[in-house]
Amino acid sequence: MEKRFIYADNAATTAVSEEVLSAMLPHFTKAYGNASSIYKLGRDAQADIEKAREKVAAALGADAKEIFFTSCGSESDNWAIKGTAEMMAKKGKKHIVTSVFEHHAVLHTCEYLEKQGFEVTYVPVDSKGLINPEDVRNAIREDTALVTIMYANNEIGTIQPIEEIAAVCHEKNVLFHTDAVQAVGHVEIDVKKQGIDMLSLSGHKIHAQKGVGALYVRKGIVLPNLIHGGGQERSKRAGTENVPAIVGLGRAIEIACTDIAEKAAVVTPKRNRLIDGILEIPYTRLNGDRDKRLPGNLNISIEGIEGESLLLMLDLNGICASSGSACTSGSLDPSHVLLSIGLKHEVAHGSLRLSIEGDITDEDVDYILEVIPKVVERLREMSPVWEKMMNGEEVK
Amino acid sequence: MMYSEKVLDHFSNPRNVGEIEDADGVGEIGNAKCGDIMKMYLKIDNGIITDAKFKTFGCGAAVATSSMATELIKGKSIDDALKLTNDAVVEALDGLPAVKIHCSVLAEQAVRSALSDYYTRQGIDPLPIVGEIKEPEEH
Repeated sequence: MEKRFIYADNAATTAVSEEVLSAMLPHFTKAYGNASSIYKLGRDAQADIEKAREKVAAALGADAKEIFFTSCGSESDNWAIKGTAEMMAKKGKKHIVTSVFEHHAVLHTCEYLEKQGFEVTYVPVDSKGLINPEDVRNAIREDTALVTIMYANNEIGTIQPIEEIAAVCHEKNVLFHTDAVQAVGHVEIDVKKQGIDMLSLSGHKIHAQKGVGALYVRKGIVLPNLIHGGGQERSKRAGTENVPAIVGLGRAIEIACTDIAEKAAVVTPKRNRLIDGILEIPYTRLNGDRDKRLPGNLNISIEGIEGESLLLMLDLNGICASSGSACTSGSLDPSHVLLSIGLKHEVAHGSLRLSIEGDITDEDVDYILEVIPKVVERLREMSPVWEKMMNGEEVK
Repeated sequence: MMYSEKVLDHFSNPRNVGEIEDADGVGEIGNAKCGDIMKMYLKIDNGIITDAKFKTFGCGAAVATSSMATELIKGKSIDDALKLTNDAVVEALDGLPAVKIHCSVLAEQAVRSALSDYYTRQGIDPLPIVGEIKEPEEH
């Protein structure tokens, strides 16, 4: 078996595509004007930023005036949540609803707000990694300032019933924000139709560069300014615009949000072949609902082995993957996402996430399905946990 | 997070993996909940560790420290093996990331746990010789 290099971690980041790069390049050395300048070089930069804004808006079904460029998805999340909290606190509303398995950009922001005197309700997820809109309804109170629920989970890829959750929020007259960093470009999003008030997205997950993101804020919601200074981003987020990055994001989202269904139809069968192939290994389970998940995501727990060892072994075989193992996070606890869907600690430690795109070949899939069972066998051979399982002993 | 070449070498080609059927001392440390379990087997002849093998469930550092610990005690006297510290294991591996130092402690304790079992089998109270075995803290 000839060694291959396979990047199967697109949920972590993606390569900047050639098309995006070529859209960006002129803005480094030729069209380098400051968008605030009066002369043509500056006005052109401003015009290119606005074109990018229109592309982001078009991809979401929003109006260009509702799009604000930021430096990343985490910044967008922080701005939406802390900004809404500050705004609503003045009306005496100091309660936030979120879920237990959000990205840390949301969870840690909520924890920060708790220290500032806000109350946060963390709604549970079921064993398939899905949130019940009724749980959101029951969590909303008179003083609820915001509901923030992720569109699709970054580890297990499950897609939440966003439209239903938004409907519950509006019924109760509460603002709704969603972290859609993993969803944009992979599922059809229409903020107006779905009733989304605020939405965070990131460039580097959709083949733009790292260091650029955006926040959609529905017209009529006036968030406090994030960065005070000049008049950029309608004075809400001051600082000279990163024109190449913004132009790149515009091009990237335009490409990512074209033919979403067709692209999903290409990647889903490959993803399913990987799922079925890996599940042939005994003592494995798929994490997250099989159908209500991102087309390129699979997350499987492999009992008796530990995730970081598995990733290192896969890396030695040229496969880039990810895990919810504690060891990859630098803490001793495994992924909060996997624990939230009811996995035991020792099972959560042995999880594997692959996030693929349509460019993965059938030969790549064959190769992955050849490597993983061998690596698992080798790790299980040296695992005292596996030995206990095979002897029918209790694993503590 | 950066692993040294030596850690990666001991991870990808671990020395002394396996079991010893007629081991004179077997020790196990850690728990699956925390993500690390090491099991150490020793063959002891006239106070000399003639063979050492291990099985480990854990991260790259857990495998590498187990591998290195067995290498460091093989052919040594029990007294020398009892002097093995986690620092010596870390040094022999050209260092470990700060979050992985606990793996070297597990390796040190796995050796002591196996020696403790050896003394128990001999009808000798291991506590005065080996001391307390430190289990990793629950969290």
